[in-house]
Amino acid sequence: MATNTLAANLKKSAIAALWLAFLTLPVMVIRVDTVEKTITWRWMHLLYMLVGSFVLAIAWHFMMDRRDRGAAARETEGGVQDSALSRTLNNPRVLRPLMALGFLVAATFPWVFSMYQTNILVSALIYVVLGLGLNITVGLAGLLDLGYVAFYAVGAYAYALLNYHFHLGFWTVLPMAAILGSFFGILLGFPVLRLRGDYLAIVTLGFGQIVKLVLENWNSFSFGPSGVSNISRPGLFGYSYSVEQATTYIYYIMLALVLLAILVTTRLKDSRIGRAWLALREDEIACQAMGIDNTRAKLMAFSLGATLAAVMGAVFAAKTTFINPASFSFMESAMILAIVVLGGMGSILGVILGAFLLILLPEYMRAFSEYRMLLFGATMILVMVFRPEGLIKARRKVYKINTETA
Amino acid sequence: MEYFLQLFFSGLSRGSVYALIALGYTMVYGIIELINFAHGEIYMIGAFTGLIVAGVLTSLGWPVLSILAVGIIVSVLYSAAYGYTVEKIAYKPLRNAPRLAPLISAIGMSILLQNYIMLAQTPDFLPFPRLIPDFAFMAPYQSFLDTGDLFIISTSLVVMVALTLFIKFTRMGKAMRATAQNRKMAMLVGVNVDQVISMTFIIGSGLAAVGGVLIAAHVGQINFYIGFIAGLKAFTAAVLGGIGSIPGAVLGGLVLGWTESFATGYVSSDYEDVFAFCLLILILIFRPAGLLGKQRAQKV
Repeated sequence: MATNTLAANLKKSAIAALWLAFLTLPVMVIRVDTVEKTITWRWMHLLYMLVGSFVLAIAWHFMMDRRDRGAAARETEGGVQDSALSRTLNNPRVLRPLMALGFLVAATFPWVFSMYQTNILVSALIYVVLGLGLNITVGLAGLLDLGYVAFYAVGAYAYALLNYHFHLGFWTVLPMAAILGSFFGILLGFPVLRLRGDYLAIVTLGFGQIVKLVLENWNSFSFGPSGVSNISRPGLFGYSYSVEQATTYIYYIMLALVLLAILVTTRLKDSRIGRAWLALREDEIACQAMGIDNTRAKLMAFSLGATLAAVMGAVFAAKTTFINPASFSFMESAMILAIVVLGGMGSILGVILGAFLLILLPEYMRAFSEYRMLLFGATMILVMVFRPEGLIKARRKVYKINTETA
Repeated sequence: MEYFLQLFFSGLSRGSVYALIALGYTMVYGIIELINFAHGEIYMIGAFTGLIVAGVLTSLGWPVLSILAVGIIVSVLYSAAYGYTVEKIAYKPLRNAPRLAPLISAIGMSILLQNYIMLAQTPDFLPFPRLIPDFAFMAPYQSFLDTGDLFIISTSLVVMVALTLFIKFTRMGKAMRATAQNRKMAMLVGVNVDQVISMTFIIGSGLAAVGGVLIAAHVGQINFYIGFIAGLKAFTAAVLGGIGSIPGAVLGGLVLGWTESFATGYVSSDYEDVFAFCLLILILIFRPAGLLGKQRAQKV
């Protein structure tokens, strides 16, 4: 039996490999340069495709078998098994020392490592918060927002322009960016309230594009594609500091904001509104029938997610001291979504892990960074097909009812 | 008047291409209720296949019109194969998953295909060879209707009529309509739903490829990113007409084409894309069922 399925798998994989090689033949093998009028034939690519897709197809069929067997097992036994990783990481006896260690490393990082490393970590931390923000809208409330980066842009431009025109400092603008972000979240939230999941996705995508196009074209307001430069770094009670110290300073600001975001989202998740979000995600109609105000819950999710994004936008502008619309493309939204999906929708620990993986891996594996978006796309498909719960499965708080005292 | 006619016809040709792509969205949505985000990428792959075929055949010294014909046929076949494969990999395993899952895997597929073309071909704009010649009989109308527009409009018309006949009169067309009405019932009366879904993807992708080659030959340049915006606009067209409705997709495409053409002609060309997206948001707010769609109560 086992050899039989193996043979069947190999045969299926061979057919799949031939099919994929045929499919990718024109694009992979032939390259036409219409300017120079030359044609390059790259037959080696055909071989790579054949071998590569054969290996991938074997893995795919193997995983597919496992998935189907898993589904069958779940049906007979009932109850979903957590993976080893989420079980270990959700175990407080492992988690607590790990968190303490993480905190220690985080607190001393800029003193131990170079400024370059610290800068990379700051961008990873920015994505952690962005991921946590999007996790509220997508992971908890189940509203697929594909224009999330628009709020990030709102925050960044709010700081850049207020700083340019009125010389307002970082700390003054930060709360203003937060308020502006939540305002924009509600602005987008209101019209889309009635829409179902997929329409919502497309409208938010359109909204993100509109914001980017306006920033690109409204030259008198946003300085167009060239962007805003010479944005001031955050102030420190009037002290002046060097570029190197600025990195350390922004790092600690970011660290504090990450901790705040983790605290807020964790508390929100188990709060009344958090439970309303989960109910909304699972079944909108049932949720309404239970007396939850859908409108309020959705608007809260949108505006809270947007607030976090806008705050991060302001930090981003202060960190790079230069912004332009190119930083706020759809690919950025897609990347943040990939972080949430890979990490595990609704799981805070998962999102943090996802952000570190997706931001730091391409950063340290330069050869691989060209293929970054390709792999992100593939990751999103594979995670959805084989592991819809992501790296770390979100856990719901279990409320124990003590029957003895009742 | 001449300016008006010029805008009218360029809007019509633009709208026909949107309609060709929108048909794919609307057919897929009608049958499995999924926004196929990768559809715009299929259109882009169609354009690239056309470019490659044209490049190879030009070097062999073929006449221009036959290159165009072969280019369209080959890219339709390839795009159809891509559409079929995309469905098998990214959507079929998720047939019974929660709604968000296929949507996310569709976005993943879109990113994957974009980057695949970027890495395998080029990240830059490639000039597309001029495949549509200027016909002599068109000379008197040249001032407001160029040959490219005429070619696009007439080809799209032929393709759309063929599609309508296919859906109306063939066995497969009937099965498609049945599946769109009620998938479970269609299964019970013996429709092979998997086959119908595959066929829908194949036809939709083929239509997108026709649009891709035509527009690329007309505009004169392509890159790996054209599918994203075109896909978004075609989706707007599908929603505008009423998603799931085939005449709706055509009407929506034309309305969108004219809106863009007149808005850029009379208002401003900077915000060309903004018009389309604003239109999309406005329709979804005020008439989510679209122009020709039926308002349906949500099933509980």
